[in-house]
Parts: sequence; structure tokens; C-alpha cells
Amino acid sequence: MKASLGPLLYCWPKEKVMEFYTSVADSSIPLVYLGETICSRRRELKFSDYMELANILRESGKEVVISTLALLEAPSEYTELKKQVDNGEFIIEANDMGAVQAAKEKGLPFVCGPTVNNYNLASLKKLHAWGMQRFVMPVELSKNWLNAVLSVEKPGFEVEVLGHGYLPLALSARCFTARHQGLAKDKCQTICLSNPKGLLAQTQESQPLLRLNGIQTQSAACIDLSPEIDEMAKIGVDYFRVSPSGMQCIALAEQLFEANRAGHAANTEDHCNGYWYQEAGFNRLD
Amino acid sequence: MELLCPAGNLASLKTALNAGADAVYLGLKDDTNARSFAGLNFTPKKLLEAVQFTKKQGKKIFLTINTFPKPGEEKRWYEAVDIAANTGIDALIVADLSLLDYAHSRYPHLPLHLSVQASATNLGALQLYKEEFNIERAVLPRVLSMKQVRDLAKVTPVDLEVFAFGSLCIMAEGRCHLSSYVTGQSPNTGGSCSPAKHVRWQEEGADRLTRLNEVLIDKSGIDEQMGYPVVCKGRYITEGGTAPSHLLESPTSLNTLSLLPELAKANVVSLKIEGRQRSPAYVEQVTKVWRNAIDTYLRDPQNYQTQAEWDRALSKVSEGQTTTLGAYERTWQ
Repeated sequence: MKASLGPLLYCWPKEKVMEFYTSVADSSIPLVYLGETICSRRRELKFSDYMELANILRESGKEVVISTLALLEAPSEYTELKKQVDNGEFIIEANDMGAVQAAKEKGLPFVCGPTVNNYNLASLKKLHAWGMQRFVMPVELSKNWLNAVLSVEKPGFEVEVLGHGYLPLALSARCFTARHQGLAKDKCQTICLSNPKGLLAQTQESQPLLRLNGIQTQSAACIDLSPEIDEMAKIGVDYFRVSPSGMQCIALAEQLFEANRAGHAANTEDHCNGYWYQEAGFNRLD
Repeated sequence: MELLCPAGNLASLKTALNAGADAVYLGLKDDTNARSFAGLNFTPKKLLEAVQFTKKQGKKIFLTINTFPKPGEEKRWYEAVDIAANTGIDALIVADLSLLDYAHSRYPHLPLHLSVQASATNLGALQLYKEEFNIERAVLPRVLSMKQVRDLAKVTPVDLEVFAFGSLCIMAEGRCHLSSYVTGQSPNTGGSCSPAKHVRWQEEGADRLTRLNEVLIDKSGIDEQMGYPVVCKGRYITEGGTAPSHLLESPTSLNTLSLLPELAKANVVSLKIEGRQRSPAYVEQVTKVWRNAIDTYLRDPQNYQTQAEWDRALSKVSEGQTTTLGAYERTWQ
């Protein structure tokens, strides 16, 4: 099992994104996902910028996957997606069934991201027949689920699990960040730039619950499955995904598989792992 | 334009048909559908009764099998498809790839509708399901603006059905984990959003506290109108903020009476009323209003106008007694 770095789900200024991926290029992380998956109005980086970054990362010896939008609504978004699929060099992470179709139509292999519904082996096999090389387990599924699916036979595709980061929980047409700032979605001034880790929403008893990230709703708590790495490897997980929320994620991903890994559980107060144990996602079980 | 109404039980089904529904949809009494609530839905025997009653009236009946089969338990879902095929159901409403595959290969003549839980919002997704499983119709998630519905309707390879009225789900359906994050159960995995067993109301002075698996999702006045407690309609406080507010959405229902002409012009074939979990009285009220509205439109499309009494009647049965156009209206987004 190896580490992977998921796509950056937040909206950061271009310089910060460049700086982040320059460090990623120098890291030992073997698999990197790259691209805007949340909102087509975030235009800090253009398609050509992502391609440039992808090439830099590949030259540093990494496998690069171009991640695509999770919610495709306007025809223009679907046109843009087809351009990404057609990039000619890198495979894509399909985060919507429309992206699966775009890759399948071209006979191109793809990775199925966590927002494509995959709830049983028969569905996974169907996607594999259409070109799926690897799939990222939907976040609400568990160790038992994975075991049940992978114990039947060795699958012809790889398996990736989101092991560290804030959980992608839902997608809406509504932009919660713009709405909170009193801005219309169509004139949002890319206000997401002001929340580099999303906007924390707490209950009226000060319990952190959600993290608003544009049209996406994330968990307030950070999933941490690093203590499960050995178990995951045994079940047949190929990649442990770290979803980036800051520069520190690079070191964290690098340390996951170091012989004497230490300190990974240093800051656990906002960690959760309930889904892995088939419980409410925000639960933390020791 | 078809008026498609919810039937949580036989009483609601009969009420809907008597009140003017063109078609009804329903589910089996288990977790093969996303409204798996106690006291709701149909045993195979009741289903047969429902089919016979509906056919006698010359109307249509669709069976919803829109949850995702669990590993090792797939048989239950396949059997639901078999039951539907052998009962004379007019169409199946399905979301899962393996189930679409099963239904399409076993019963190629049984029409398939793509459930909203499949979350198909764009041409590519519709093409995929059409090419692979020959779906006849797709139910669009409540995330598209009216313009986007119109654009999609121009190019779609399948018929389109939209939600016209009912509780407003503000997330892309089938891909929302808010319920499972807090309770461990989602529509996809457990067949319901915010399962009733996790809901607890508590009175504290002049306040009513609404808890979901002990998480405080709302605090309201005792007399305040409340919707069904779901995570997306709670009141929360942002980091650094002080006042709680509905950061995602307030309790409200979708009402598209004013969009009826536009939906008709876009060639949307079916208008869906949400609410299999609601009472026969709700079904009757909503069906009557919508029957009246559709007939009024068809009689004289040019001069159609929403009537105040329709809106009043619908508001009474709406969450928080208010309604919205939801994502159909760009400013809502």
C-alpha cells in the first residue's frame, strides 16, 4: 500500500497552489490527483496551468491523475470536462457519471472518484468493464463493506480509501460560502479564497459539525485512518488518500509509510473514523 | 404532461388517483427504497392490489427500487425487481448500476426510469444510462436551474421528469452523506434520511431543542413552525460568528406552480410530487391543486397564471409553511 494525494478541494490563490505542488514534486508521494472538483467559477488556475503542473509532477516521477468536477450542470461544464478527458497524456478521476461516459466514449481508462456511487461488486465490475482502473471508496462505506467486496475474488482494479482529511459529504446547486457573505453565486468574487480550509459551522452547543466549501459541504472533523494502515493493507487497499488542507499534509503523507512512523496521531481532538466502523461518520472510536 | 403522485400506502394511492393523478409511485416494505419508514410501503400482496386498482382506473404505477444493494444481500434487491416484473408494474425507478443491469438484461421490456438517487444532471450521464440500460426516463436532481433544465431537455436522449412540489432536498440526491455522518444511516445505505429513531425533541424553557443522534441541529421557539429535522435545515454558528442561522437552508418546500408553462415548453414529460411519507390528506390536497393547475394550463396555455388559492393550499402542507423555487431559480443558488 502507498500514499496518494487527493485533489485540492479548496480555493487557494494561484501562487499558493504553485508553491504547494512544487513541494509535492519534491516529496516521496507516488500518486497525485490534480484539478478543480468543486466549482467551475474558481478560475485561479486554468486548464493549461494544471497541465503544466501535471508535467512537472510527472517529471518528478509521480503518477498524475486529472481530477474533474463532481457536479456537472451547465453544458459549458460538460464541454470543459471533455477537454480534460482529451488531454492526451494523463488519465482522469471521474467524479460524476458524466465523466465516466466521456472517458468510456473515448476508450480511455479512468479512476472513479469518491462521489460516484459504488455500493457493490457488480456495479464496480460494470465500471471496470467500461475502463475503471481504480476506485476510491465512497466515504460513507466501511471496513466491513470493503472486506465483503474484496474477499469474493481479487478485483481487476485498484482500491483507494480516503484515509486523512475533511470528508466530502454533499454537493448542492447553492453556494453556501457566497450566500453567507451575502453575495449572489453568479457574482461571488471568488469569495472561497477567504476560506482556505472552508468555513466551519458549529451547533448552538459549540460542537463543530460541518465545513462549508462553496457548493460542497464537508465534515468539520478530519478523518484519520492512519492507525488502520496495516488492516487496510491486509484487506487489499492499494492507496491511502490524504486530502490536502495545508502544506503540512505533504509531510503527513510521506510519513504514513515510514518504518518508524510517529506523531501521526499527535493532534487528534477533531478526528473521526466512524464510517470505517460502520457507525455515524463523525464518531471517533479508539 | 404527467402528474405523478406519491403513495406511501393503499389509502394514499386511492386518494391520489381519485384526486387526479395520472400515475403513482410506491415502494416495497423494506430497505430497497429510500423511504423505508415504519408503517409505510407495500408488501408484495398489497402491491398486487395496488397494481390492479391503478390499472382498473387506466392509470400508471411505478415501483421505486432506488437504494443501493449491499454486498452479500443483493438478492433482496433482485427479488424486488422480479416481483415488479411479475406484478405488471409499468416502470421501475432504479439508481444502482448493477440493478439497472439486472433489470435490463432479465426484463428488457420493463421500462426503466433513472431514479433521482443516481444523480444524473448532464448529457453524458444520461447518454451512459441510455446506451447501457436503455432507460426510458430520468428524474432530475433538484440542483439544476430552469435554464439548465431547458438546455438539457433540448439534447437529452431520454424523457425527463422533474420534482414539482414537496420537501426540498438541497443537495445532489444520492450523493449526500449528511444523514450518515450524523446518524450512520443515509438514504443510500439505510433507506432513509434522518431516521426517526435518531430524532429527539426536548423542551427547555421557551425553547424547543431538536436533536439528531444527540447533535443539536436546531433551537427554536415552542410555537415556531418546524420541518422534519434534517442536517441541511438546521441552525448553526460559523467560526467567529455569534448568531445562529440557517447556513444551508431553512425549512421550506419546493413549489413550482409558477414554472408550469416553462416546464411544459421544455417538454418535461412528468411532474413529480414528493412525499411518500406524508398522509393521504396531504396527497389529496396537493394532487387536487396540481391537477387543477395542469388542466388550467392545458386549456389555455397563453393565459396561465398561478392562482393565489392554489399557493395558499400548498403552503398549508409545506414545511415551515413556506415555499421556494429552489435551484430552478438562479438567485436561490
